[in-house]
Amino acid sequence: MTTFEPGPGRAAGAQEDLYAGSSETTEGRVFTVTGQDWDSITEGLAEGDEERVVVNMGPQHPSTHGVLRLILELEGETVSEARCGIGYLHTGIEKNMEYRTWVQGTTFCTRMDYLAPFFNEATYCLGVERLLGIEDDIPEKASVMRVLMMELNRISSHLVAIATGGMELGALTVMTIGFRERELVLDLFELITGLRMNHAFIRPGGVAQDLPPGALEEIGSFVALMRKRLPEIEALCNANPIFKARLEGIGTLDLEGCLALGLTGPPLRATGYPWDLRKTQPYCGYETYDFDVQTWDTADSYGRFRVRVNEMHESLKIVEQAAERLAGLEGAPVMVADKKIAWPSQLSIGSDGMGNSLDHIRHIMGESMEGLIHHFKLVTEGFRVPAGQAYVPIESPRGELGAHVVSDGGTRPFRAHFRDPSFTNLQATSVMAEGGMIADVIVAIASIDPVMGGVDR
Amino acid sequence: MTPPDGERPTGPDAPGQPAVEQSPENLPAPPGQVSSRGVRTGMFGAHGTGDTSGYGGLVAPVVFPAPTGRPFGGWFDEVADALVEHLAGLGGDHAHAIGAVVVDRGEITFHVRREDLLEVARALRDDPRLRFELCSSVSGVHYPDDTGRELHAVHHLLSMTYNRRIRLEVGVPDSDPRLPSVVPVYPTADWHEREAFDMFGLVFEGHPALTRILMPDDWPGHPQRKDYPLGGIPVEYKGGTVPPPDQRRSYT
Repeated sequence: MTTFEPGPGRAAGAQEDLYAGSSETTEGRVFTVTGQDWDSITEGLAEGDEERVVVNMGPQHPSTHGVLRLILELEGETVSEARCGIGYLHTGIEKNMEYRTWVQGTTFCTRMDYLAPFFNEATYCLGVERLLGIEDDIPEKASVMRVLMMELNRISSHLVAIATGGMELGALTVMTIGFRERELVLDLFELITGLRMNHAFIRPGGVAQDLPPGALEEIGSFVALMRKRLPEIEALCNANPIFKARLEGIGTLDLEGCLALGLTGPPLRATGYPWDLRKTQPYCGYETYDFDVQTWDTADSYGRFRVRVNEMHESLKIVEQAAERLAGLEGAPVMVADKKIAWPSQLSIGSDGMGNSLDHIRHIMGESMEGLIHHFKLVTEGFRVPAGQAYVPIESPRGELGAHVVSDGGTRPFRAHFRDPSFTNLQATSVMAEGGMIADVIVAIASIDPVMGGVDR
Repeated sequence: MTPPDGERPTGPDAPGQPAVEQSPENLPAPPGQVSSRGVRTGMFGAHGTGDTSGYGGLVAPVVFPAPTGRPFGGWFDEVADALVEHLAGLGGDHAHAIGAVVVDRGEITFHVRREDLLEVARALRDDPRLRFELCSSVSGVHYPDDTGRELHAVHHLLSMTYNRRIRLEVGVPDSDPRLPSVVPVYPTADWHEREAFDMFGLVFEGHPALTRILMPDDWPGHPQRKDYPLGGIPVEYKGGTVPPPDQRRSYT
């Protein structure tokens, strides 16, 4: 039943100690302790011609981009070996999802990469929709709203990437500017979904809710404001000699290295290869939007920074187009028409906060017994998903994000595994950091922009 | 009145069965098009005397998409042909490396014999007709009822040259969960394989340092296996406990 098996070698080591043998005598058990010649060992160590220090950096270090532990072997200030220790934020989300319904899964996976919650939800929901076979039935408005939210999210995520990266190398103004701008995006999220983070807004079959009144105007003024403020960040950083000196030529990883180590997203595009799943394998109707894939040709931290800044401009373009389409889709459905899958009620704001819409309550409580049964079954039991597996990757701000969802035909995921770009990209730490200065390790990791919630899940 | 099975007319043209025409999706699949992995029992999570619904005795097979025959459609055939040809060219026993091929929901899955996984991965990466440069992810799945192949390792590969995605699946028995590591071909699989080892106990042979990655080093067991014991939650009311999630009453 259980799987508690000691690892190989553990049991053997406990029985016999090389340096403390024991023997049974008439006086009881006698231990004979033998050792090595400690004098010669300490002398031998002192004779070493190099001064090697192993430094444990993190997991509570302010510059490691979250609870990331770095084990660095140093010679002076040069890093000769770098290794990552992860798992400090492991929360068992994938396992938890196996004990919740398919819809509740969005509430869990949104918490993984907490800076890009909409992307987690989107890749999971696209996978579930493929399993259900309803990919073509998703209403247009739901897809447009998904694109809108994802692109706003890409802006906020890139802003945090640049802001925390700036903070870690001591440029605090970059941090304050980045977080100031991100707050505007979070205000939009709050307006549209009711929450600043962890939205669970994208659901299998569509999105949870229609746009609230006034949202499009807010988005319009946000885009106009960002058009002014993004150039401020560029003016502050792009040609800043200190900023460039810290970033240029640091954390270099060419195309070959990126492919071998599985890096996607800005690190891959900074090598000059225009691989962006929104263009190459479009989903949610991305092929119908007008935008360009941003690349850079230096393959270093500076290139990744420039790719991120340029991508924010492109995202603004997409947000604008999506808002334009939404203006023409007023009143259109945002959830799949199949009532066996669609979440039964639309939420609305009442006098006591957000909840089930009063119309829906009136319908199920006063008018339709079948409606009540249906609501109850969908909310408590959930829908069944035909057995099989699916993997629908999307382009998250950090690279290829995909959910491998497996169903056994039940009302809960049999297995959900997330290919998180932070997890994969972080493997490049050693390659990027070894041979450089210890201060450059920070820059290299900031340029990968790992989010530990996504790495550890 | 239902006629005996032998006399029942079948097929879409059968008279007197409007339900068949109205909802063909509810027809049972013909034999050979499904593969069964275990059964599902009951319906409302209640067993024994607690089950007043009458559905407790329900037994339904868990059926996964079955192997697909040729042609697979689209570029799937090109990839399959090139792969089979390449493996046959290697000589030895490699020609039989690919077992079942499942085409389902627009995705193709190659079930690979475990001893050939590394050669298959190398062929997929290096053959100019295949060019799967990127290994997106390696994940484990535990099917406790798939006797003899309880643990599956699932590799998702991406060819950027041809813009294609395929899936490799290797099933290994629980009693001998070893399979070759693909790190020599795809270095990116390093952490993914460590995670699959950590969570499922899959032993990837040839991996440079197969240690736990997310759980603490001295953690007993492999948490994402279906038979991993889950804990309940004690509540401060007369020694009560919220049962572990797999023992709570729930829909199945």
